[in-house]
Amino acid sequence: MQLVQDYKAKMQSLKEDKRFANDRRKAVRVSKKFILGLFKAVVLIGISYLILSPLIGMVSNSFFSDTDRYNPMVYLFPANPTLERYQTSIKVLKYGKILFTTMLYDLSLMAIQLVVCSLVGYGFARFDFPFKKLLFGCVVVMIVLPVNTIMLPLYMTFRNFGPLNLLSTPVPMFIMTVFGCGLRSGLYIYIFNQFFRGLPKEIEEAAFVDGAGMFYTYSRIMLANAMPSVITVSIFSLVWQYNDTFYARMFTMDANTLLSMKISSFTSTISNSFNIVDPTILKLYTYAGVILMILPVMIVYILLQRQFIEGVERSGIVG
Amino acid sequence: MNKKKKMTLATKRAIVGLLFLSPWIIGFLAFYVRSLIMSIQFSLNTVNIDTANGGYTLTFNGIKNFIYAFAEHGSFSQTLVLSLQDILIDVPLIVFFSLFMAMLMNKKFRGRTLVRAIFFLPVIMNSEAIISAIDVIRDLMMGGLSATSGAMSDAASSGVNMDYYIALFGELALPDSLLNYIVGAVGRINDIISASGVQIVIFIAALQSIPSSLYEVAKIEGATGYETFWKVTFPMVMPHIITNIVYTVVDSFVNSDIVTMAYETAFLQQNWGLSAAMSLITTVIVCLILGVVCGFIQKRTFYYN
Repeated sequence: MQLVQDYKAKMQSLKEDKRFANDRRKAVRVSKKFILGLFKAVVLIGISYLILSPLIGMVSNSFFSDTDRYNPMVYLFPANPTLERYQTSIKVLKYGKILFTTMLYDLSLMAIQLVVCSLVGYGFARFDFPFKKLLFGCVVVMIVLPVNTIMLPLYMTFRNFGPLNLLSTPVPMFIMTVFGCGLRSGLYIYIFNQFFRGLPKEIEEAAFVDGAGMFYTYSRIMLANAMPSVITVSIFSLVWQYNDTFYARMFTMDANTLLSMKISSFTSTISNSFNIVDPTILKLYTYAGVILMILPVMIVYILLQRQFIEGVERSGIVG
Repeated sequence: MNKKKKMTLATKRAIVGLLFLSPWIIGFLAFYVRSLIMSIQFSLNTVNIDTANGGYTLTFNGIKNFIYAFAEHGSFSQTLVLSLQDILIDVPLIVFFSLFMAMLMNKKFRGRTLVRAIFFLPVIMNSEAIISAIDVIRDLMMGGLSATSGAMSDAASSGVNMDYYIALFGELALPDSLLNYIVGAVGRINDIISASGVQIVIFIAALQSIPSSLYEVAKIEGATGYETFWKVTFPMVMPHIITNIVYTVVDSFVNSDIVTMAYETAFLQQNWGLSAAMSLITTVIVCLILGVVCGFIQKRTFYYN
């Protein structure tokens, strides 16, 4: 009897011990996970704040009225919010008109980039021809070579384009883009090439057997399957073209047609036309102008954001 | 008969393929090859621009432009070395920072989409136009009468004496150079974050392309997280590290002081020959660096497929 009871007690303690060990293991696991999660959250939130803080500062500052600016008690939340900065900036920038011309310019260039770069990328991905490796090496050279190396000859070329001087018009940019040498075209060709290489060959063969021509296959079947990379390239192209001042300065584009050129001289324009000398007030106007410039791309980006991030991941940009 | 038919199909496909490429080939020859040749030609000559007609005359002077740039120009060699130094310092920081961030963001958690969107924001914000507009106002503030009040409210003084903490680490006998490097990196955290948007996206894509079976095996074999990183994750993202290094080097090179200097020499001082020489020197050096670095890493790269 004693033996049985002893055995029972022993079993009981063993059981408890085991449960305790399990609990301990669980506690360790949970706290480990919690600490890691906390660390991750701190890092991510901290860095997100670092990225967002200038933006938050600019947005809140752009609503400050003059009295807010001089009042040291006002921080982030304006006491007398005003829309005056925006009204003036919109007037000075001729916002509606300049946004329209800029968007027309950028969107049409984007469309051309999409067509040309996807064609070239498809050519590299699916066809075999002599010197293919060498030609693809040239694409890599295009990505690596900084434009400043060739800006002088390009400037000359378009200055004496036959009998014409094409500078100060949007034509040079269009010509270069049509021939696959636009802003970062090399990168887009690379992206499209990687993506098309990743698509199964069977779809194409099926189309070919059904009697589709090669251009038809490309436009109707391949491009429709390449939507993620199309979105990737269009966002990259739109954003970079929108922000570009290098090509615009090189081709001496008219500052009244491009927002990126206009914003560079925005501060002095405001200062001269309204006779504002206090830089702290000028700063508020500049911030309003910058936000007006960021806003359109930001809206496009937020709309396409989800598809875009997925697009980059699937588009084989990584090679 | 059969063979002949196959041949013609292959030739036909080759022709169609070249047809697909034709716009780009023309563009590459017309804009890149021709421009490169012209750049080399400019750099070997004194260029006089005829502003009235838009033409130019060349006077051959051998490699005088190159000698001038190195031996006589006030700040060329200095700026060149500083720019290259900046690139070499920044690239490892950016690459490792973006790899780290990509690993943090790779796992599923609430608000992942939002965080990824925020991390791509610098790519949009990092516009030369916006930066120059803000620079103008900053210069005005520094030089303006009301500089004191404005600058005071702008400087985010937290009341923490950083030097004290830095000295504290110095007490731990960390080598001075390493300490300075890390402190410098923390000081430039903003630059690093804003330069690593695209790289983070590329690394996230790379991490997602690693087959999960490798991680399962590592787990079954009892590897710790640390071992898993160095034995599985790191080798698998190695090819993408090359892509990112190339992208980072090119990106920071295009925004560096030396490129600005070449630009200003041409368009402000009208010294076209010298500018072409400068551009060529810097481009060749950067290509050499890229070649050496990529060659070095490529040898140690493991390709899964």
